[in-house]
Amino acid sequence: MEQVNENQARGETLSARVWREFKRNRVAVAGYYVVVFLVGVALFADFIANEKPYYVHYQGKTYFPIVRGYFEKLGLLKVAPELVNADYQQLSHQGALFPPIPYRPSMVNLDVPFARPSRQHWLGTDRLGRDVMAGIIHGSRISLSIGFVSVGIALVIGVILGALAGYFGGWVDLVVSRLFELMLAIPTFFLLITIAAVFPPSIFLTMIIIGLTGWVGIARFARNEFLKLRSLDYVTAAQALGVSNRKIMFRHILPNALAPVMVSVILGVAGAILLESGLSFLGIGVPADTVTWGSILNEARSNTFAWWLAVFPGIAIFVTVLAYYLVGEGLRDALDPRLRGLR
Amino acid sequence: MGSYLVQRFLLLIPTFVGVTLISFLIMRLAPGDPAELRAGGGLRGAGEGGLATEKRGVVDTAIAQWRAQYGLDKPLPVQYAVWMKNLFTLNFGESYKDNQPVVDKIRERLPVTIKLNLLSIFLVYLVAIPLGIYSATHSYSIGDQLTTLFAFVLFALPVVWLGTMAIVFLCGGDFWFIFPPGGLSSIDYSPDWPLWQRLKDQAWHLFLPVLMLSYAGFAGLSRYMRSGMLEQLRQDFVQTARSKGLPEGIVIYKHVLRNSLIPMVTILAGLLPGLIGGSVIVETIFSIPGLGQLGYEAVLARDFPVVMALFTVSALLTLLGILLSDLLLAMVDPRIAFGRRG
Repeated sequence: MEQVNENQARGETLSARVWREFKRNRVAVAGYYVVVFLVGVALFADFIANEKPYYVHYQGKTYFPIVRGYFEKLGLLKVAPELVNADYQQLSHQGALFPPIPYRPSMVNLDVPFARPSRQHWLGTDRLGRDVMAGIIHGSRISLSIGFVSVGIALVIGVILGALAGYFGGWVDLVVSRLFELMLAIPTFFLLITIAAVFPPSIFLTMIIIGLTGWVGIARFARNEFLKLRSLDYVTAAQALGVSNRKIMFRHILPNALAPVMVSVILGVAGAILLESGLSFLGIGVPADTVTWGSILNEARSNTFAWWLAVFPGIAIFVTVLAYYLVGEGLRDALDPRLRGLR
Repeated sequence: MGSYLVQRFLLLIPTFVGVTLISFLIMRLAPGDPAELRAGGGLRGAGEGGLATEKRGVVDTAIAQWRAQYGLDKPLPVQYAVWMKNLFTLNFGESYKDNQPVVDKIRERLPVTIKLNLLSIFLVYLVAIPLGIYSATHSYSIGDQLTTLFAFVLFALPVVWLGTMAIVFLCGGDFWFIFPPGGLSSIDYSPDWPLWQRLKDQAWHLFLPVLMLSYAGFAGLSRYMRSGMLEQLRQDFVQTARSKGLPEGIVIYKHVLRNSLIPMVTILAGLLPGLIGGSVIVETIFSIPGLGQLGYEAVLARDFPVVMALFTVSALLTLLGILLSDLLLAMVDPRIAFGRRG
């Protein structure tokens, strides 16, 4: 892979070239693996931290409670009558295999409030005796889904506005640029906490408002790309052939503009995760009984002796955000090797 | 130059109107009637069901009166117009919480936040510019790569985490007691203290909050400085300067540095809103009575006049920042005022 001759280089697609460039940046690749790992943790959170066992032998039958739980939620299976509301930890079973962290994040255990990190609770417990490790593992789901969905919303808004401004220019550009300025002038974080606080808390609302306030960076990127690309020959050719503006913008220009925009999307995910942690740290946005990275941190503020509540969720946020930044920067360099080191 | 500034100024007006419109609409469309909320404290205390019918009638009359007094019974556009008119006389209305004029509340808190933000902007530039110069003049060296990595680390560090860690470990919990756990001055602070003691007390209290507001800026701005300088270093005039035998120090610090400081001016405008938003978290963590804390408390209490006023004030400050940096930019770089197409 190191030695790529001219012909190979000419024949390869953009994504192959970008991937090859990206792989040469070891720090970015490390970030990439961290991101993959974190997505894995989020996807399989139920199998890593769960109070239900993978399988249990009970009264001569074998059950797979975690997997079965999914079917039960979908309504495809009924809850096994002998296991309704079963406390698996106390169950007199004939053999069971539990996940490495046998707790659910919402499992309150008032016998062990503020337990220090130990064999039972690797990262300790909080005020209500909830396991911090389980909270962090399941919290990654909330962080990642808020990150991706809100940036998805921002991407749609940003690309459409940026495309309009860059492609048409003139007064359209002027109006959209005022919108940029408007978003710049509004104290975004303050706007976020205001909306999040006046409406009933929900993860969904948090996603939407982070998305609605986070499109400016993407729109600026898209605008500049469209501005650059619209004067290229193939666009002029398409216009001469009478292709509609909408088709030129979204079928012909957008695919070429998308790669640079992806950089700000990846950086945007990191930004959204940071924002969400700030919101739930302030205790707004996400429902009070939902354990998130920010909400664990918040408990440390009023219980300063419980250092484990401060240290571990913060590491989770930090590592996640850093990984996304590194991937984003690596992708930026890979897309345009000439720019390497300019930032 | 003059006409350029007038044009820039005129373009800021629709933006300002947009900000006021957004803040007005959010407040009015939010669930919960302000009048009910205002009366709410007493009502909820008695319990809705516990209120006798005739008493409920009294409360209803009071709410209706209050609504009329504050114009809340008029249609939305009229309310907006009235609110805008009052803005021009700096009349932001009264707080729902304690009936104090909002202007007084803001006037009381504004100096604190401005002090914090000015200190941190100063600190950001003080640290970031030398760091950027070092990175650019030693580009691709080990030192530069370490600075780059360090910048990423700073950028990714959440302020909620660092702040909480500082409170837990440094501010007199079970660990060390190096910094005060919050506030702006010691309890026994007295204006009679000698100057150095007052300054020391201030510095002791402000150190952590200012650092928390600044560290992300170190990273961002030093990167920006570095790329700006590298871009200048590739220009032809640098080669000319070198080839006519100027010492490298003069080339870097006289020719390159001056040009690469230009874009740093524009960043100032972009920094302002971030600092005001960021001070919500920092002021809350360190219990500092500034605008951020005022805003957070007002949001939680649904004290809409205060929230709307804060939106307007900080938007106004930011727009002034944009205008100021445009002005500075046009002053240091005459090409901008002349060469730009409308």
